[in-house]
Amino acid sequence: MTNEEIINKLKPIIVTYAPASESLDNLNENSDFIKDLNINSANLVDIVLDVEEEFGITIDNESMEKMLTVKASIDVISAKLQAK
Amino acid sequence: MDNNRVVITGLGVVSPNGIGLDNFLHAIKNGISGIRHQQLLADLKFSCQIAGLPEITPEITAQYLTPLQLRSFNSMGILYGVIAGMDAWKDAGLTINETDEPYWDYGMVFGAGTSGIDRFREAIYTIDKLEIRKLGSTVVAQTMNSGVSAYLSGKIGLGNRISTNSSACCTGTESLLMAYEQIKSGQASIILAGATSDSGPYIWGGFDGMKVCTYKNNETPTQGSRPMSATASGFVPGSGAGAFVVESLSHAKARGAKIYAEVLGGYANSGGQRGAGTMTAPNSVAVQKCISQALECAKVTADEIDVINGHLTATAMDATEIKNWTIALNRKGKNFPYINALKGMTGHCLTASGAIECVASVLQIKHDFLFPNVNCEDLNPEIAELIDTEKIPQSYKSQKINTLIKASFGFGDLNAAIVLKKYTD
Repeated sequence: MTNEEIINKLKPIIVTYAPASESLDNLNENSDFIKDLNINSANLVDIVLDVEEEFGITIDNESMEKMLTVKASIDVISAKLQAK
Repeated sequence: MDNNRVVITGLGVVSPNGIGLDNFLHAIKNGISGIRHQQLLADLKFSCQIAGLPEITPEITAQYLTPLQLRSFNSMGILYGVIAGMDAWKDAGLTINETDEPYWDYGMVFGAGTSGIDRFREAIYTIDKLEIRKLGSTVVAQTMNSGVSAYLSGKIGLGNRISTNSSACCTGTESLLMAYEQIKSGQASIILAGATSDSGPYIWGGFDGMKVCTYKNNETPTQGSRPMSATASGFVPGSGAGAFVVESLSHAKARGAKIYAEVLGGYANSGGQRGAGTMTAPNSVAVQKCISQALECAKVTADEIDVINGHLTATAMDATEIKNWTIALNRKGKNFPYINALKGMTGHCLTASGAIECVASVLQIKHDFLFPNVNCEDLNPEIAELIDTEKIPQSYKSQKINTLIKASFGFGDLNAAIVLKKYTD
């Protein structure tokens, strides 16, 4: 799966947890979930659970801790997909 | 002094017989029952297969919670409380805080017994399947007892003290009393008060197990809840929420708020589970004392009481309650005030009962009427001996009301009473 394919599947998951007022047009690889998208930190775990379901992967605690930005999430997802 | 007076300026209600003030007012004026047969309870082999369950549609829910809040949401106690609380806030003409500065002077005390027992149950199953990592982030907020206060205060942006009280079936009446005290002490100018009661078999099962609910009316649900009736055979479980905006008179006047009624004061106590008092039965001495002390705190004499809104759950205790009122007020027969019981229409809404019944009480004061006592056409003879039957109106009655007392009694031998008055300048 290419980075572009991953980001396209990731976007709707992220949008769910971002405040409605937030403009997501600028969402890109460098976006930080909390700082740039104003996502509540408590919801990061929900994003990870949705990602697991969407991509059919399991994300361990260490990888989970890294998933604070779109880019880091893509890295974790592609590593897990390759390891499948 | 204006700032020593406390008034109610907003109401909200989620009742088995009406969601929203207009529907609820129509229902109580017309004696409309919210008690229905519940197939789920029958399937689970409950003795009592009828209950008062507010009919909340997904469309209603979507007006109060965001799509994000509704993800994995399964907490009826919070939902009922949020609807009633937001409605009361809006009814009082107050706005949602759109700034970053909390409303420092506005607080909340909103009672609950449990928040979301269905969500709790889901979480327990998930954990026992060894899938704790799949729980997600919402279990705590949806199952903590103060969940209803946390959701509501966050939606509005309140910045004063935020708490959840819990005193069994006294909870709703106690929350109004606590709000009154908080305003009276000058620590807040508005308190959003009320109480919510979660619903479903896992809330009601414990009562069914104790055999305190009626099993004789499964085929006739609307006749099942029979306060003060000779054929009262146990209560019908209910659920829902009631909410009030409680405000200092000076604050209410300054913003030109409409005023429903004045809160004169009240009292709460316990029988200590001593004497006749137990975990589940009231100590009548404490009940009488609670009523007398409430009058004293409110600076009202027993003769000034026009109407009593009773606790009256439709058990053998109804006659005991009436006897306690006659002793505490030293009034009986034709000299007894009017009395009515909402539970005939709603069932016993447990933690929320006092809140929903206080909403009904305030509406009666505001609109000068007595809602009918339903299902007591065969009045309990023990009650008929104590008070004149005309004091127990069985149909809608237009009646000017100046002063009303409402009491609630709960497990743990708890009592709460509050005195409400028609507002005059």
